[in-house]
Amino acid sequence: MTTDPYFRTQAEMLAERPPPASTTGPVGWLRANLFSSWFNAALTLLALYLLWIIVPSLIDWAFIHADFEGSVGNECAAEGACWAWLDQRIDQFLYGFYTDGEYWRVNLAVILLIPALAPLLFDGVPYARQLRVFSVAYPFIAGFLLVGGFALDAVPTRSFGGFMLNLTIGLSGIVLSLPIGIMLALGRRSRLPALRMLSVIFIELVRGVPLITLLFTAAILLPIFMPESWSIDLLIRVIVVVTAFSSAYMAEVIRGGLQAIPKGQFEAAQAMGLGYWQSMRLIILPQVLKISIPGIVNTFIGLFKDTTLVFLIGLFDILGIARSLQQNQDWIGKVDAEGFLFAAIFFFVVCFSMSRYSINLEKRLDTTKR
Amino acid sequence: MSVSHAENVAGDSPVIQITGLNKWFGAFHVLRDIDLSVAQSERIVICGPSGSGKSTLIRCINRLEEHQEGRIVVDGVELTHDLKHIDAVRREVGMVFQSFNLFPHLTVLENCTLAPLWVRKTPKAEAEEIAMEYLARVKIPEQASKYPGQLSGGQQQRVAIARSLCMRPKIMLFDEPTSALDPEMIKEVLDVMVDLAETGMTMLVVTHEMGFASQVANRVIFMDAGQIVEQNTPDAFFNDPQSDRTKLFLSQILSH
Repeated sequence: MTTDPYFRTQAEMLAERPPPASTTGPVGWLRANLFSSWFNAALTLLALYLLWIIVPSLIDWAFIHADFEGSVGNECAAEGACWAWLDQRIDQFLYGFYTDGEYWRVNLAVILLIPALAPLLFDGVPYARQLRVFSVAYPFIAGFLLVGGFALDAVPTRSFGGFMLNLTIGLSGIVLSLPIGIMLALGRRSRLPALRMLSVIFIELVRGVPLITLLFTAAILLPIFMPESWSIDLLIRVIVVVTAFSSAYMAEVIRGGLQAIPKGQFEAAQAMGLGYWQSMRLIILPQVLKISIPGIVNTFIGLFKDTTLVFLIGLFDILGIARSLQQNQDWIGKVDAEGFLFAAIFFFVVCFSMSRYSINLEKRLDTTKR
Repeated sequence: MSVSHAENVAGDSPVIQITGLNKWFGAFHVLRDIDLSVAQSERIVICGPSGSGKSTLIRCINRLEEHQEGRIVVDGVELTHDLKHIDAVRREVGMVFQSFNLFPHLTVLENCTLAPLWVRKTPKAEAEEIAMEYLARVKIPEQASKYPGQLSGGQQQRVAIARSLCMRPKIMLFDEPTSALDPEMIKEVLDVMVDLAETGMTMLVVTHEMGFASQVANRVIFMDAGQIVEQNTPDAFFNDPQSDRTKLFLSQILSH
């Protein structure tokens, strides 16, 4: 065999070998993720130290030295959290001022959400076809349950409050803003100048002002300008404003996705004789929505948390209720953080679920490795 | 394997008739006074330097590009702003692109059945049968349930050819079908195209594969600066080029 590397030949192909043991298993994981360099090792240790300081005292405050019993704030000891109000106020946090004894209607609407969403969110749901019909009917069923009429007692929308108000506004906004956002994005890229102009004007106007000004406009200014007989329910005005606001953001998210689709996809669709709407529905939008999932969910999460702004126009959502508890004579000075912390848990659960779901969905739709 | 050049091209009315075609991109005059008539079952290879307008020319034939002057009549239908005419032409004209342009979110089979289902309104079972038939013709029926991202470039391009054929087109346009492929995959795609030529398909192929041109084409067209500089049978074109531009071009691409 010659020693000149230029003319070397290999007698037989090399067999596969497992990777070195130090790069696999728990040790390998620790090395790769937490101690890959002296700087990362230092950050890991610092993080552990901070957790060591914060977590025990937080647990101590929230649970060990906390008070759970009592009917006024003064019965709470000073050193821990005061959860004594939960018993009296939890209904308000969840249902606002919804008629006593009719809470089952809200609960039922929330429970029915599961069969309504399941066929849209997951593959392989049994009876998916029938359930999808139910999904379409759900907004009307839920609306009927919440507002009443016919067989049910009417509940005025101004008694809606607590977390159910956040859910009502948030879910309506989410369901409506996606299709409207898609239409606006397509409008903005349309070849028809008038349509393009209208879309741009809407997006830029709505996106260019803070949501709270739009809410004030809807709540206070509109009633001044509009004749009394035209008055629309405040909750509906709020939903319209929140939807319009996130539609504008959604439109830009979708437009970003549209721009990421190679021109060849449009051309291949055209060359096959598909019309504009067919190619959008069958080819372009499925890909656009897939790559826009992070942005779409981001907008949904933002919208959902923005529903708390309604407490500034006098609606008592869960934050509004927490604030009224904080300022209540019986509890003042004792529950400065607790009510908000309690509210935060609800938002976190919903928003974190959306986030996890979106990651799961991205993996499921990834057609490059299956 | 070879298709004889002399094999007679039907003499009656041409399937594509282009007269006095002019097109501009902004101020750039990309196609200049193109006259071209293509007979049924004719196989034309179009070559020329990049920017010469060869891709634009075939993209005008299915209206992916709009022309400003002249007439294009495809299978008896003139291409105008009338969407019905455009749709009618696109139904009969298949196209294969340099970058495959398969739909990545659909399986190979779904890629192939999409247009028959939605444009031709073929029943699903029948569309799938047709798709499997053409996937077998391009020799990848076993990949039907995979996604395009899992296939090699050569396999993707063969799927793209099958996808176009599923619409049972009368004319096939190829826009540099092998230019994006690794060398070892070019042959598998060209083999499929040779097979297709043998079935009597009318083909317009933009390519620099001169071996393919001499084996399959009835006519080779050389374009430069937006015009047809020379056209001839492959034999005459390669062995006895007339213009200096053609000679220069041939010396450049055949020098290796």
